[in-house]
Amino acid sequence: MKNRREFLQAAATGAVVLGSQSKLGMAAMFDKQTAHGDSGKSRVVVARDPALHGADGQLDEKRVLDLLDRAIAHYTGRDNPVEAWKHIVPVGKVIGLKTNGLGGKGISTHAALVMAVAERLQQAGVKPGEIIVWDRNRRDLEVCGLTINTDPSKMRCYGSDVSGYEDTQEQWGSARIRLSKILTRDCEMVIGLPILKDHSMAGVTFAMKNMYGVVDRPFDLHAGGCNPGVADLNCVPVIRQKVRFTIGDAISSVYDGGPGFHPERLWQPNALIVGEDRVAIDQTAWQMIERKRAEAGMNTLEAAGKQPRYIATAADATHQLGFNDPQKIHLMEI
Amino acid sequence: MVFRSNYASFRWILTASALLLIALVFPGCKKKSIDPFPASGAVTGWEKTSDTRTFAAKDLYQYIDGDAEQYISAGVVTTSTSDYKFQGQLEATVDVHTMSAADGATRIFQTGATNDAKTVSIGDAGVAYGQSVIFRKGPYLVRIVAFQSTPGASDALQALARGLEAKL
Repeated sequence: MKNRREFLQAAATGAVVLGSQSKLGMAAMFDKQTAHGDSGKSRVVVARDPALHGADGQLDEKRVLDLLDRAIAHYTGRDNPVEAWKHIVPVGKVIGLKTNGLGGKGISTHAALVMAVAERLQQAGVKPGEIIVWDRNRRDLEVCGLTINTDPSKMRCYGSDVSGYEDTQEQWGSARIRLSKILTRDCEMVIGLPILKDHSMAGVTFAMKNMYGVVDRPFDLHAGGCNPGVADLNCVPVIRQKVRFTIGDAISSVYDGGPGFHPERLWQPNALIVGEDRVAIDQTAWQMIERKRAEAGMNTLEAAGKQPRYIATAADATHQLGFNDPQKIHLMEI
Repeated sequence: MVFRSNYASFRWILTASALLLIALVFPGCKKKSIDPFPASGAVTGWEKTSDTRTFAAKDLYQYIDGDAEQYISAGVVTTSTSDYKFQGQLEATVDVHTMSAADGATRIFQTGATNDAKTVSIGDAGVAYGQSVIFRKGPYLVRIVAFQSTPGASDALQALARGLEAKL
């Protein structure tokens, strides 16, 4: 196998030799049997590597790919990471990787994770030109350490400031929004790559809240602690259908003061949170933040007036986006 | 002649009073002319590495998303931001929030206060952490955040904060 530097160089020039073609694609991965397992529960993997950050506090980027491989292997039950990815993504389709750079440098999706996912996608048969790394705008991508590229022969990276938003307004419940054309036109499947953060209004921002970055006026959805805004937005059909998998970045996080970067509240869970059920992922992430806040002697999010009520709303009978009941979540911590 | 001279004096006093009143009633006129961001080299070791971006209250969500609400409810008028680098290594971002009145800056300052903050004498009130400095001065709330944790970072950030304070 090429080393990491060679691989990334090859990826940038579109010269990566692709692996064998997947015949199963996402259909095999995303049937109910696989997504929820035999138990009928939503599966969520929390993969940790305590050595992800060195003693000097710096991220050891080489370990991110190994952590991703462990998470995906455990989730899919396949030891070979490339084979596992072949069962997650369809061949010949454009895959979007929706990052989150809103918090600015210091608390944005790590570029090392984006590149690790892109590397495995290409080894699983996705061509470089079929990968789009995207977010709201250039700034949000650059603070992640990513470089803008719109050349379709290579892995692309651009924001909705380039693509624009649909003229037609979508509506679902309280959400009246115009969607990014990257979501509606450019991508056929989206993998969410949110970063775990406390949020001054919503309580927690992670898998579902990351979708605020795909609409033209996210601020309109913040009323009531983003409830039911987050749940309603995730029910918009295009989002529900295309955003099929989440690789949550909990490599570092802020447990208070978010969604901006507050170094005094920075914390390194050194983890990835992986799954298809965004409600179950957010429920799991919420509990991680609560544990950290308790450890730091802080109030619960509820006591702080920002309990993430949108998670329960997303699981209710109206929305049915997934499970928030711990009894219905098969949590695998590795 | 005496009448005309008195009349001229009266008009002058009236004009001056009107200007003073305008300055007091519309303090925003003065705020708009302030550029608090020190140029490269103005504070030893610090280089300004980006253009200044300014967001009106209605657009603040574009910059800080959900955080915008607390600033808007506290009366933010504009938020300006710029990036800096210290001695070519330590990267930092400076946010200057201009509120409609000093109590708005005080409210945000107090909301963000935590027990582990070290009080610093910058502006009307200030606190420092290892990687950040926050202070308020009149209607301004300034937040400086570094992205690396290095020895001496806090001192460097405080020096930059004093450079900003001097321009407010």
